[in-house]
Amino acid sequence: MSISAIDTTASSRLDRRFAAVRAENRAALVTYITAGDPGYDASLATFLGMADAGADVIELGMPFTDPMADGLAIQHATQRALKAGQTMDRTLAMVSEFRKRDQDTPIVLMGYYNPIYRRGVSRFLEQASEAGVDGLIVVDLPPEHDDELCVPASEAGISFIRLATPTTDSERLPGVLANTSGFLYYVSSNGVTGGAAPTAEKVEAEVGRIREHTDIPVAVGFGIRTAEQAARIGRFSDGVVVGSALIDLQANAETPEQGTQAVHALTRELADALKTARQ
Amino acid sequence: MSQTTATPSLRQGPDAKGFFGDFGGRFVAETLMPLILHLQREYEAAKQDPAFAEELAGLSADYVGRQSPLYFAERLTEQLGGAKIYLKREDLMHTGAHKINNALGQVLLARRMGKQRIIAETGAGMHGVATATVAARFGLDCVIYMGSTDIHRQQPNVQRMQLLGAKVVPVTAGDGTLKDAMNEALRDWVTNVDDTFYIIGTVAGPHPYPQLVRDFQSIIGQETRVQLQEKEGRLPDSLVACIGGGSNAMGLFHPFLDEESVEIIGVEAAGEGLETPRHAASLKGGLPGVLHGNRTFLLQDEEGQIGDAHSISAGLDYPGIGPEHAWLHDIKRAEYVAATDQEALDAFKMLCRLEGIIPALESSHALAEVIKRAPGLPKDHLMVVNLSGRGDKDMATVTHHLADELGLNPDGE
Repeated sequence: MSISAIDTTASSRLDRRFAAVRAENRAALVTYITAGDPGYDASLATFLGMADAGADVIELGMPFTDPMADGLAIQHATQRALKAGQTMDRTLAMVSEFRKRDQDTPIVLMGYYNPIYRRGVSRFLEQASEAGVDGLIVVDLPPEHDDELCVPASEAGISFIRLATPTTDSERLPGVLANTSGFLYYVSSNGVTGGAAPTAEKVEAEVGRIREHTDIPVAVGFGIRTAEQAARIGRFSDGVVVGSALIDLQANAETPEQGTQAVHALTRELADALKTARQ
Repeated sequence: MSQTTATPSLRQGPDAKGFFGDFGGRFVAETLMPLILHLQREYEAAKQDPAFAEELAGLSADYVGRQSPLYFAERLTEQLGGAKIYLKREDLMHTGAHKINNALGQVLLARRMGKQRIIAETGAGMHGVATATVAARFGLDCVIYMGSTDIHRQQPNVQRMQLLGAKVVPVTAGDGTLKDAMNEALRDWVTNVDDTFYIIGTVAGPHPYPQLVRDFQSIIGQETRVQLQEKEGRLPDSLVACIGGGSNAMGLFHPFLDEESVEIIGVEAAGEGLETPRHAASLKGGLPGVLHGNRTFLLQDEEGQIGDAHSISAGLDYPGIGPEHAWLHDIKRAEYVAATDQEALDAFKMLCRLEGIIPALESSHALAEVIKRAPGLPKDHLMVVNLSGRGDKDMATVTHHLADELGLNPDGE
């Protein structure tokens, strides 16, 4: 059951990056920040320096007023971003800026469907492609609604990265994996972002179960905040996603500049931990 | 499925994917998908199970107090001088509103599914009270999410829920109203999928909720049909109901959808006016979008960010509307209009003084449309209005707005 219904563009940035990281015998560091938090300039500075600090893949959150699957950290980040005037145009502009400097690091836009739906799927995909977006994670589009965005995105050369969760049983898993490309995001615990850390043993067993169904890389997220936790998960997963911990650093900093520095410092720490995790 | 008439029935929705036309669906996080599919299977099984129907009917009669009367509002009819007005008295049901019909149906489903913990969102608090009531009746843990603004303006209901043993969790995000409470309930559900049943209070949310809430509320329209037949020997000419999410309206409308002669009118909350940004009329002032698991009309900006609704009535203060209403609007089977805060207050006052009935501010929106519409209609026009709830919970709001006019003295002197 490892065959996807859609050709998963063998030479995408995401595929190249995960192959390169695998060759180094380590997990990829996937970082998340909310676009426009705490303001456009600071968010752009954080974003542009992220790859140099050690992020292998960067998820950029598209702010939405009603982030139903997110915990307080990302809810507040979203509110700060929207209050500071973040728009979809500005989020896409951030990706364009990034692409001027970095042609290799994959960028994944993450968020909810309504802002994309309102803009129009084809217009959004055209603009995202042009900006240099590699993948999309849209929380409220399960496989039952693949015709809405997943299939058009794949046809436009943008990976649709699906979430699998502890409730995704073996019966559902093939449906979740079909049309998924780039990587699979395994949500390690039932709940919202920023919740409790999962036990590594349980997650390892789940990742093993998923690998029986697919060859695409499996990244693990939700509740991973420290270098130590990242290393533990990075021993067996293809990627480790860290978001809320970075958002908190930006939120708690005295100035936006200090926030950017703190985010980059934790990113370096996480990257270093993943480099040695399997030794 | 075989229809004798050429026109296909409008009562067959939703389709297998949960759509009414373009509206509805299951736009939820993967964590919730298996649960929603499970709920759908259980609901299908329950519908085939005579024991389920029997238990629901028994409790509806002896615990809720059904059937609710269909009352000829003689003085209101006289005063308006046109259509003959009947009130469907959901306000007389246990807990004081139609919300109990759905809460009871869903708690029986929760029991079938072996869930021990019940959660719900509430705006005016009527759904929260109904949910806390059935949770107490069956000995289940109950957590109610309620916006902090709504907690402030619906204090009596907060206390009722607490008295019934529910934990009321204030939600401060956004405007602190129904939308924010629903976000928080969804977050709870996604975190506690194993033991928790989410009793959604209106005909919205992911499939199968719009369908099952409608089915549990359809008792309103079914009874109306029989009662009016007994009293007048025929179908009504028009139906009027208020709409936030739209459950009381869908409950009244659904059994009549295929009766072409029956005019169907839904009344949204126009707040301070549709020309201002402060209203809650998703059909009159919104655009299609995706929120809370379904595609429907939403108050939103050009960026797809959801707007904050406003209505004097907490139960209508929601930026969306049930997907079946969106569809009925789209195919023009139902007409959707709006009433302002002031019009609702005027109607509230009129019903108190003419009929000795204190209506909920939500239901007062439906009455406001009756006041506009009835005088221009012939005396043999039969109009049924859903009096979806009673107004005791609204005393603080009404006292604030109408103190001088009604001779109410807040200090009790």
